[in-house]
Amino acid sequence: MGLFIAQVLTGLANAGALFMVASGLSLIFGVTRIVNFAHGSFYMLGAYIGYTLMQVLPGAVGFWGAILLAGLAVGVLGVLVEVLVLRPVYRAPELFQLVATFGVILVIQDLALLIWGPEDLLGPRAPGLRGVVRIMGEPIPKYDIALLVITPFVALGLWYLITKTRVGVLVRAATQDREMVGALGVNQAWLFTGVFALGTALAGLGGALQLPKGGADLMMDFNILTAVFVVVVIGGMGSLPGAYLAAVIISVLNVFGVTYLPQSTLVLMFVVMVLVLMIRPYGLFGREEVAGEHGQVGEPERPFKPAGLQVRLLVGAGVATLAAMPLYASTFSQVLATDILIFCLFAASLHFMLGLGGLVSFGHAAFFGGGAYVAALMVTHADSPMELAFILAPIGAGLAALIIGWVCLRLTGVYFAMLTLAFAQLIWSLVFQWGDVTGGDDGLVGIWPAEWLKETTVFFYFALTLSVGGIIALRHVAHSPFGYALRAARDSARQAEATGINTKRVQLLAFGLAGTMAGLAGGLFVFSKGSVFPNELEIARSFDALIVVFLGGVKTLAGGVAGGAFFKGVEDILVRFEYWRLALGLLIIVVVILAPDGIVGSLRKAAERVGLLKRGEDTT
Amino acid sequence: MTNPALETKGLTKAFGGLMAVDNVSFALAQGELLALIGPNGAGKSTCFNMLMGQLRPTRGSVHLNGADITGLSPRRIWRMGVGRTFQITATYASMTVIENVQMALLSHHGQVFRIFPHAHKMHRDRAMALLEMVGMAAQAERHCAVLAYGDLKRLELAIALAHEPSVLLMDEPTAGMAPRERIALMQLTADIVRDKGVSVLFTEHDMDVVFAHAHRIMVLNRGQLIAEGNVAQVREDPRVQEVYLGGGTVFASEGAAENA
Repeated sequence: MGLFIAQVLTGLANAGALFMVASGLSLIFGVTRIVNFAHGSFYMLGAYIGYTLMQVLPGAVGFWGAILLAGLAVGVLGVLVEVLVLRPVYRAPELFQLVATFGVILVIQDLALLIWGPEDLLGPRAPGLRGVVRIMGEPIPKYDIALLVITPFVALGLWYLITKTRVGVLVRAATQDREMVGALGVNQAWLFTGVFALGTALAGLGGALQLPKGGADLMMDFNILTAVFVVVVIGGMGSLPGAYLAAVIISVLNVFGVTYLPQSTLVLMFVVMVLVLMIRPYGLFGREEVAGEHGQVGEPERPFKPAGLQVRLLVGAGVATLAAMPLYASTFSQVLATDILIFCLFAASLHFMLGLGGLVSFGHAAFFGGGAYVAALMVTHADSPMELAFILAPIGAGLAALIIGWVCLRLTGVYFAMLTLAFAQLIWSLVFQWGDVTGGDDGLVGIWPAEWLKETTVFFYFALTLSVGGIIALRHVAHSPFGYALRAARDSARQAEATGINTKRVQLLAFGLAGTMAGLAGGLFVFSKGSVFPNELEIARSFDALIVVFLGGVKTLAGGVAGGAFFKGVEDILVRFEYWRLALGLLIIVVVILAPDGIVGSLRKAAERVGLLKRGEDTT
Repeated sequence: MTNPALETKGLTKAFGGLMAVDNVSFALAQGELLALIGPNGAGKSTCFNMLMGQLRPTRGSVHLNGADITGLSPRRIWRMGVGRTFQITATYASMTVIENVQMALLSHHGQVFRIFPHAHKMHRDRAMALLEMVGMAAQAERHCAVLAYGDLKRLELAIALAHEPSVLLMDEPTAGMAPRERIALMQLTADIVRDKGVSVLFTEHDMDVVFAHAHRIMVLNRGQLIAEGNVAQVREDPRVQEVYLGGGTVFASEGAAENA
């Protein structure tokens, strides 16, 4: 009994930081509709800044002062990021901003590395709260008790701010209808900035508060990010009580999980999330999102026709140049080109469902890594020949996509995106924690292609054929009746359903096809590298694909491939430098600001301006 | 005796305690142009959504040419030969005008899940003929997102006619259009009724449009049918005057004075 209570108390204490970070994310999303991927980074900054301040400021006053100041400082940094990075792209297409926030993640990661170094920092213990209290014989750190007391006060303060003050009225009004609030004369820009400051300050506060428990390290950002997403989604987007309840549930569950089911702590969190969303699709306290009549923000996509002769010749020439690579390029370049081709196929598969279907998946890596793991598991455990394992990669990934898609398509918009993320994380944590079968963190190695494909050049041609073939197949489907139906379901599900199109089935099959193609890319990947590790399944890999699709241009057919080639090419050059994340992050932010239509979209507009291309009709 | 094109019996929809549509029974005859009018909030759109399967009735039935279609999905009802246009237009903004129509034709021919042919080449002639019929042929290759609102309404009509429906439901077909466009669109609808033998049920706020074209009029108020008849009958009905003109005492006393 004592142990039980002690664990509940520990869980409640852990819920504190999680709640603060989650409520910040929830507020920002509610008002600005930005899914702030960089939220974990602000949490990490809060921890690092708090650590530094605690070194300088003495005593108990210094300790608590440092926590508050860290929150404030992170809030100021949040303002900086909002004004410099996000403001220029509010008008960009829906969800484009999340690419910018991903750039921010990379920049902050390297800045933290630059300033605080790679070593994990051990947080100082709170003055006067060093010992433990015994409750029913079980020791409980005094600091946990302090957190237990502090969190409800922060929650109450937030609640008061949101429900009882003028600022709170504005925030709630903006959450419901931004345009109306703007029309009523509220300065939206500063409201957004203010909310972003508040949200990031909360994240910073959370980071500093948990210093005595967890210290500061460079993995904090992604580690908390998934937990925070889970909390926000379970609680319901934009709901503070929901965030608190969900933070408590997840934290308590984690503590018990560590004790009783140590192999499944990560899986547990996502299982809970999936269960909650199956029963209450919009979270415990969330309300259904009323999708706009015209789902797209900004300029609608232009009509397109299958490529004309000119474009076909151009593409043909490009492929021929690639195919001739072994004649003029080194083996190393061929390996690089293979990487890029595989990545382009992966990006094109996401672009297919995201661009044509409007289905934003945050978890597409599940099918890329999933395909790779299917093949690797076949080779490792069934000793199957490479050819069989390779064929099973897209099939396995496609089947997984059909099952996951079937569940996720019950939801729409950002909830759909979050559910795909949850499933991807579920698969990742399964692979990560089920070491006996999957090798866990050590991955699966020795997955080499068959004898006839051993040669680098031969494998290059193999990858070239399948990647280009896959990309062309996806493009062809885009022009087929099925591709049209997919766009129809995105443009107006109402009209599509009223004219006999089963939109959910169309979307599910598109999800399945995208998963199959991602699995094909994964199969190529595992045999080109000879190994696979859980990071091919992780959230960062999903984000890679998302970024590439957005950077390339969602509303253009070539966007996925162009973005993939550009991004992977640049990354391969940049990773040779020490602070490549900083450079890549800045590059992403610059592209986002300068080319809000993506690379292809912006090039097309530029070409139209100088008269190289025929202008589309002005839609604004 | 032939069945009515569309017939409801005791159609009812309750939202909690509110009876949005209350025990509504009517029949749409073959080849009839029937107007359903009533003030805002009378339950016209709710009624439409039940006919088309977007809403499931609380009670009552809907029959299409004698077949029970109560509670079927919009897709099934469409396949049985009912077309509809929306109060707020719903079109595919990323496509061209003709592609919007082609999409409906692809669905009609059961080709939605085909991945080999090029969609933009399919059913072009038929789509063009439909656009010709609604006067949109000249704009066939325009981007749907740049159309004027009246043109969107006409495009929607072409989409709704794509599968040669026997019954057409039009929810405020002329809302948001200029007066001249309204008359043109309703004339077009009346022509289609005559030429194709389609039966049309439409809701409308513009009484000029209703009185000029409807064969018969039904009046809905607070979920209940309060009157029906030809133009003259409905015009003279005191309950209708009350609904549309408030108290209606002026008309009543004038009428009493005339009779005296």
